Amino acid sequence: MSTSGPLTDDGLVQLLTPAGERVDHPGYSARVAHLDADALRGLYRDMVLVRRFDTEATALQRQGELGLWAQSLGQEAAQVGSGRALAPQDYVFPSYREHGVAHTRGLDLTQLLQLFRGVDHGGWDPEEFNFHLYTLVIGSHTLHATGYAMGVQRDGAVGTGDPERDTAVVTYFGDGATAQGDVNEALVFAAVNNAPLVLFLQNNQWAISEPTTRQARVPLAARGPGFGVPSVRVDGNDVLATYAVTAEALERARSGGGPTLVEAFTYRMGAHTTSDDPSRYRSAAEEDYWRQRDPIDRLEKHLAATGELSEEFRAGLAAEADALGERVRTFVRALGRPATSTMFDHVYATPHSVVDAERAWFERYEASFAGGEHR
Amino acid sequence: MSTQRMTFAKAINAGLRAALERDPKVLLMGEDIGALGGVFRVTDGLAKDFGTDRVVDTPLAESGIVGTAIGLALRGYRPVCEIQFDGFIFPAFDQITTQLSKMHYRSRGRLNLPVVIRVPFGGGIGAVEHHSESPEVLFAHTAGLRVVSPSDPQDAYTMIQQAVASPDPVMFFEPKGRYWEKGDVDTDADPLAADSVLDGARVLRPGTDVTLVAHGPTVATALRVAEAAAAEGRSVEVVDLRTISPLDITTVAESVRRTGRCVVVHEAPVLYGTGAEVAARVTEECFYHLEAPVLRVGGFHTPYPVAKLEHEYLPGLDRVLDAVDRVLAA
Repeated sequence: MSTSGPLTDDGLVQLLTPAGERVDHPGYSARVAHLDADALRGLYRDMVLVRRFDTEATALQRQGELGLWAQSLGQEAAQVGSGRALAPQDYVFPSYREHGVAHTRGLDLTQLLQLFRGVDHGGWDPEEFNFHLYTLVIGSHTLHATGYAMGVQRDGAVGTGDPERDTAVVTYFGDGATAQGDVNEALVFAAVNNAPLVLFLQNNQWAISEPTTRQARVPLAARGPGFGVPSVRVDGNDVLATYAVTAEALERARSGGGPTLVEAFTYRMGAHTTSDDPSRYRSAAEEDYWRQRDPIDRLEKHLAATGELSEEFRAGLAAEADALGERVRTFVRALGRPATSTMFDHVYATPHSVVDAERAWFERYEASFAGGEHR
Repeated sequence: MSTQRMTFAKAINAGLRAALERDPKVLLMGEDIGALGGVFRVTDGLAKDFGTDRVVDTPLAESGIVGTAIGLALRGYRPVCEIQFDGFIFPAFDQITTQLSKMHYRSRGRLNLPVVIRVPFGGGIGAVEHHSESPEVLFAHTAGLRVVSPSDPQDAYTMIQQAVASPDPVMFFEPKGRYWEKGDVDTDADPLAADSVLDGARVLRPGTDVTLVAHGPTVATALRVAEAAAAEGRSVEVVDLRTISPLDITTVAESVRRTGRCVVVHEAPVLYGTGAEVAARVTEECFYHLEAPVLRVGGFHTPYPVAKLEHEYLPGLDRVLDAVDRVLAA
């Protein structure tokens, strides 16, 4: 690992080593002190299920059932740890790889697959889960999150001291996105408005084929203070540490302390998407290095070493993962083609004479073919 | 009825004031719109009366303005963004075309984005470059956006309130060259009671020989053309489109079926412009009523020229009259 530059591991908050040993951190240990063995098994279960889901989705793409898949492999701790720190009223603006966060918001993971199956541009009701639709244009949604947080302020849902009212907004983005103007504008707008926002940056070290060294000369978290936004670097493969730093940032946001930039230093163990081929631009040695730092393995080692991972629990979780896999496969294969006319639905919320006329023309055209809908 | 004489800019100001009074969720956001009242003073006095939480001076970043407006709308607010000048809208082009326009669609109607983007547009004020552009068609080409342009103070007052009340995103193009022109504005009429809110052209001056189609800043030009043509015994019917998306071709086609001739005028370049769309649709709908090809008058396929040449670039009285002559000669 580098000792300087954007890939240094200097200054990373860590509470669980790759060997599965708990370590103290003066600022953050207290944030996870309440997590008992049950809670740790819960985080472990979350990560195992999310990885299984990701594995199934990747396989479904290879079988031609999905047009594309963006793997979350390796980023489970960053996503589950931060997601489990959220309160129900908090609102999330994800990028497109935050399957682990979606899981923590109570969204049935199968719903994520509609976008990648090509049957829906979204797939769920954002307001039901306080989890916005995936955004594919890199970084655009960080401004939406900032604006949403400005709305939260105007609603008086910050700094009241009521834990069920005070609200934080979290936006997820990657190392590549930090080069985008929108992310920098989000930092400016969030800072000057003191918005209740957590900017959760997953530095997975690769923006498709471009390493973080093509986006930055300094650790990405170092950018925060220049905007007046406090920042913290955390071991993104440590679910306890990501939970702890996110909990702190959320508390600052909800209490009126303003935005925080969290850089979770992690690794994209899979490809960018199923259309990508990492062997063209990175080494097997690098992948091996990070495989030794697998986020699930380290919690598993810890639970096993402390005698908190019974065979019964393992067997139960394995069965649950198998059932999820089966459900994912069945769900995806049953997702049919939407009716053609739905193409014209919801272009506008109010009637638009051009869309209405084009829909009417198209329906007449379709009806002109014998046997109903022409395909 | 309470009719007041006011400038175009004041009419928008009055419409925004009415919108702010009507709905506490309405916010104005933009550069210099607070204490200064905007570079054209359109928001004059509103920050003082409604506070800086509702009339927000933003950082100088157009993508940030529109992007945060989207977030505010998702939280239940109705932001009205001011883009300082037409030529400065492009940093926000991504947010407008990939995000704002598509959110309702991609959420299958679950999410509405009632965001208005006000854009002072058009030339004729002797400005430096990037201050005189007419980019309305770039937005009309994107599904999900309503694109409108009022042409007189009454419509400005009414349409800005209709835009704010719309659950759809609205691009509101204000002809900046007309900001200081005065007109009568009835401030008592309910702006939301109109039959065809933000979806209806209007015949401003009846005529029998030629249909002259305009929108925004060229409507006043078209009315002057009709006046001048009348002195030569030619009867020009003036249609004000008011909305570019949707495009009310019905009103235009009804007119052309009566006159048999059509000229379209706008400041934006002719190539791929509103005139091309109107001409194509008029040809489809009234081919057998046409006595001559539809003609277009507008900007050239050049960057907007230096101020000393803009008089020749813009479709003024002479060039539009020339087109009227040509379409009648055919």
